[in-house]
Amino acid sequence: MSVSAIMDIIGMVSLCIGSLAVIFGALGLLRLGDVYQRMHGTGIVDTGGAGLILFGLLMLSPDWTVTVRLILIGFILVMTGPTATHTIARAVRVSGEEPDNVKAKRKKAAPKNKAVKKAAKGGRK
Amino acid sequence: METVFAITLIALGVAATLAIIRATIGPTSFDRVLAVNTIGSIAVLLIAVYGFFDGRPEFLDIALLYALINFIGTIAILKFFRFGTLGDHSLHEDGDPS
Repeated sequence: MSVSAIMDIIGMVSLCIGSLAVIFGALGLLRLGDVYQRMHGTGIVDTGGAGLILFGLLMLSPDWTVTVRLILIGFILVMTGPTATHTIARAVRVSGEEPDNVKAKRKKAAPKNKAVKKAAKGGRK
Repeated sequence: METVFAITLIALGVAATLAIIRATIGPTSFDRVLAVNTIGSIAVLLIAVYGFFDGRPEFLDIALLYALINFIGTIAILKFFRFGTLGDHSLHEDGDPS
């Protein structure tokens, strides 16, 4: 078995695994319950999916110019993807949105100090 | 080999559809920004794989540009949410420059 045949097989296998990762990431983006949780799905698409698909294309690339472009695309995605996700997370945090479990905990803890909360509410009004 | 490229293209299309559904129904605007960012990443991969599928790897240049513009667009949208403007903060007296 020649080297190029082995590289072809590696490339095809990583393309298939990468497409699976992209589908799972998009499913997570659709199904999870909270902005903070949905960022995990985006992370899978940006790292696992993009990395594996670009690696597969790298293994199948016919020319060295194509290889250089693929490496550049991978570098740009690796640099910008986490930065964009981190910026979104910070914007959500600054806007005052809370994770679902924090909200549930607050709701559970609320009846214990009802008077305090009522006073705070009245004060706010 | 074309079969593998076709499978990958279909998977990327399905993933983009799911992300578009999230961008449509997303409760907050940050959900929409997140989904649009993901759609951009998927589009970069889609263009790259389609270039290989069609035997024209020159499409990779377009994918390169799309990756850069996707990042700039996300940052611009978030900056607009935060400050209400994209340019000079001194035009708005209440906008804090931090």
